[in-house]
Amino acid sequence: MMARHKILAAVVLLVTLHLAILFAGFVAPADPVVQNRDFPFAPPTRLHFVDLRGHLHLRPFVYQWTPRPDAFNEYEESRDREYPLQFFVSGAAYRVAGLVPSRVHLFGVDAPAQIFLAGTDSYGRDQFSRILSGGQISVAAGILATLISLVLGTLIGGVAGFWGKWIDESAMRFAELFMVLPWLYVLFGVRAFLPLHLSSVQTFLLLIAVIGTIGWARPARLIRGIVLSAKNQNYVAASRGFGASNVYLLRRHVLPQTYGVLLTQAALLVPQYVLAEVTLSFFGLGLSEPTPSWGGLLATLQQYNVLVSYWWMFAPAVALAVVSLGYLSVANAFHERLQSSSS
Amino acid sequence: MHRMGCLATLLLACGTSFASSVPQPAQRGEEVLVSDNAVGRYGGSLVVAQRSEPKTLNPVTAADAPSREVIGRLTADLIHINRASQQTEPALAKSWTISKDGRQFTVKLRHGLRFSDGSAFDAEDVVFSFKAYLDEKVHSPQRDLLIVGGKPIEVQEVDAYTVRFTLAQPYAAAERIFDGLAMMPRHLVERAYKEDKFAQVWTLTTAPSEIAGMGPFRLKEYAPGQKLVLERNPYYWKVDGSKNRLPYLDELVFLFVGNEDAQTIRFQAGDTDIISRFSAENYALLSKEAASRGTELIDLGPSLEYNFLVFNLNDLSPKNLGKIAAKQGWFQDLKFRLAVSSAIDRQGIVKLVYAGRGAPLWGNVSPSNKFWVDQTLPHPPRSLDKARELLKSAGFSWRNDGRLVDRQGQAVEFSIIASSSNAQRSKMATIIQDDLSQLGMDVHVVPLEFRAVVDRVFNTYDYEASIMGLGGGDADPNPEMNVWLSNGGTHLWHLGETKPATDWEAQIDQLMQKQLVQLKYKERKHLYDQVQEIIAANVPYVFIATPNILVGAKKKIGNFKPAILDPNTLWNVEQLYFLPGSPP
Repeated sequence: MMARHKILAAVVLLVTLHLAILFAGFVAPADPVVQNRDFPFAPPTRLHFVDLRGHLHLRPFVYQWTPRPDAFNEYEESRDREYPLQFFVSGAAYRVAGLVPSRVHLFGVDAPAQIFLAGTDSYGRDQFSRILSGGQISVAAGILATLISLVLGTLIGGVAGFWGKWIDESAMRFAELFMVLPWLYVLFGVRAFLPLHLSSVQTFLLLIAVIGTIGWARPARLIRGIVLSAKNQNYVAASRGFGASNVYLLRRHVLPQTYGVLLTQAALLVPQYVLAEVTLSFFGLGLSEPTPSWGGLLATLQQYNVLVSYWWMFAPAVALAVVSLGYLSVANAFHERLQSSSS
Repeated sequence: MHRMGCLATLLLACGTSFASSVPQPAQRGEEVLVSDNAVGRYGGSLVVAQRSEPKTLNPVTAADAPSREVIGRLTADLIHINRASQQTEPALAKSWTISKDGRQFTVKLRHGLRFSDGSAFDAEDVVFSFKAYLDEKVHSPQRDLLIVGGKPIEVQEVDAYTVRFTLAQPYAAAERIFDGLAMMPRHLVERAYKEDKFAQVWTLTTAPSEIAGMGPFRLKEYAPGQKLVLERNPYYWKVDGSKNRLPYLDELVFLFVGNEDAQTIRFQAGDTDIISRFSAENYALLSKEAASRGTELIDLGPSLEYNFLVFNLNDLSPKNLGKIAAKQGWFQDLKFRLAVSSAIDRQGIVKLVYAGRGAPLWGNVSPSNKFWVDQTLPHPPRSLDKARELLKSAGFSWRNDGRLVDRQGQAVEFSIIASSSNAQRSKMATIIQDDLSQLGMDVHVVPLEFRAVVDRVFNTYDYEASIMGLGGGDADPNPEMNVWLSNGGTHLWHLGETKPATDWEAQIDQLMQKQLVQLKYKERKHLYDQVQEIIAANVPYVFIATPNILVGAKKKIGNFKPAILDPNTLWNVEQLYFLPGSPP
């Protein structure tokens, strides 16, 4: 029963996160690419509940921050006026889920105050908004690449397992070849071959294609194993005896057996591929500025002074960890379910 | 047996005489230079970090900065530019005279000086060194400097301590040419030169006994990947006010650390004594604990380097680079370049890229170059309105979605390449991208490996715009000839012009040639001011900003006088010493 709660919690967390990422434009208070040049490396804006006179406010408020004249990265609150947190405010234009234009944001504060929930980066861009819209790239890349891997894996694994013989032999040797490839270096190599002048969309699609294509081997082997054992089951033989075609057998009897494994694989691969995108962007092979992605956001930590001075720059790593753990616990649950149903 | 023993003693004697780096007493007739620094004390080993290893120790062929940094400590020149005063001063040359027509330099050498291996230095070494620099087969990067009026400088030995240099035409500030031209020991390298193997002498693996120079230090040990250790040159030709032979330090150690962050960490940890040329962010980081760690950080003000955005105005073959050629219509339009310049937030760049430790630029001469900067050059503030007006008057217009389009309705879109290893320039590109997006331009930033950027800009011309940096070597205008002459090798916006492509380029050519032969400072300054004005008015480069020179050192180092000219901290290394009361 306990495990059930955990899974539920993980699923709820994942769904919430994905919704927040999908509707990043609405949830985020600012445009992720707008630079506030007076606020580089501003720490997260403090939410206050108690004002200077000691009054408690149910609606949290912020103070306006002003840069200190003698330092480039130090700020102080000017406490002469409170700016209460507002909900459903009008702000920067964006598109809901990339489609419908809108200006309504979940929360915000009146100008000239600003709210940076996770601080700002070296250009004074709102880190919280960047994490959310960066998630769109990173998580979408993970999910789409997983789809590619699984479709390829199912096709090749299914064919190899079902028809066997030389097809199986060659497909599996080919899969092993793919598995021993040091994929990170392959990705570097592939990216180096491509032209430099790629738009963000092109780069994004390429990333997905490359990451997805490289990872088909493991699911293919798993699918092949299941297909191999399924096709020798008595009821499959019986169905064949009644004159069922190969395609019918595959569709009706064999592939349905792989669904459990596919789901588990999907839950395992998504975080792995999100990480792959993060790794590539971290090394500068992902999307270029100013489009955010989690790897790109984390890349600033390569600089020593950022690493030791601005703790809020680690925030994308937290988002990454939460998403990965969420997927992995779901994968675990699927796996346990599969095992208990098969035993 | 007896003879063997004798030989062994002899070898031992040889070995010890070379190994000893105890300062040698002054000899009779030795014309040492008396340095006016505060008198220090002997001892100690000074450690500095270098980002990469030197490639060679051969002063004639070295082209990379790490090599030159080390070689500069091993060797000396005839006439030297004092990094603090930015003026020339006698070095191995005791004095020099210039003929009335400005074409002949007669240089008197100091008597009785010795190389770091103890052998004598005289005019023959000077003549030999210049022969090597001027030899086309040696491919010295300094050779270009020694070609005046299309002809190599003639070098002639007058007597053992006098050398005459003859120039084909008068040359302004000719004595500055001598700076950095290391004098080589003829007795050690002439054979290799005669065998055409000069480019291969003095590699990192050459035995220390085969390398000798006139610098304050000599090679002691090289540990690949780790460090290079120099020890005192016991025969160095400078003494302090109390007749102590310089340098004070026993050893100078270069640690190879890989990158700027590692350099910062090593300095923070106290592993190195001096740090130079590092970013303002790391400067801020180190300043926080400077007092508690006994270090001192100094902001020397703007460097002489200039960073700029350059548009590709080269003659392109429409076959392979047709796409870029199609965009050159915009780039060639002065109003377009002016609009870009007007839209760039230079103050913002100084603030975000250099953390406020830099200066915005509107011309090629840094404000810290007091002798040459044109003070009357206008500094127009950022104005998007003015930029839009300029674009409108050049026939550009805006679509409903805010995108800028040209007369043909083509949306303005281009990419800026910048070196990915230079975080500052990539950052500038990102800020400019944002600035120009406010004019409706769609700009992409493409970070590339440094060599790829250089290859595209200098060789293949396969780029649309690039962020580059130049200058910083010397305050004088002459090293800038290459950039501004229409046929110059770093005339980046339009390389390989056989004749000036525009009237204003022709004007610059004339003015630069005139200043080159003008010997009076005031006249030269007037000519160079005009050059700066023409450049600012025609924006072949959109000047952006220059970083401040930032340095740091442990407080226990005496005579530490950093300068904005290279090498910023080690230029007076012979005077540096560890203050009393501090363990060296």
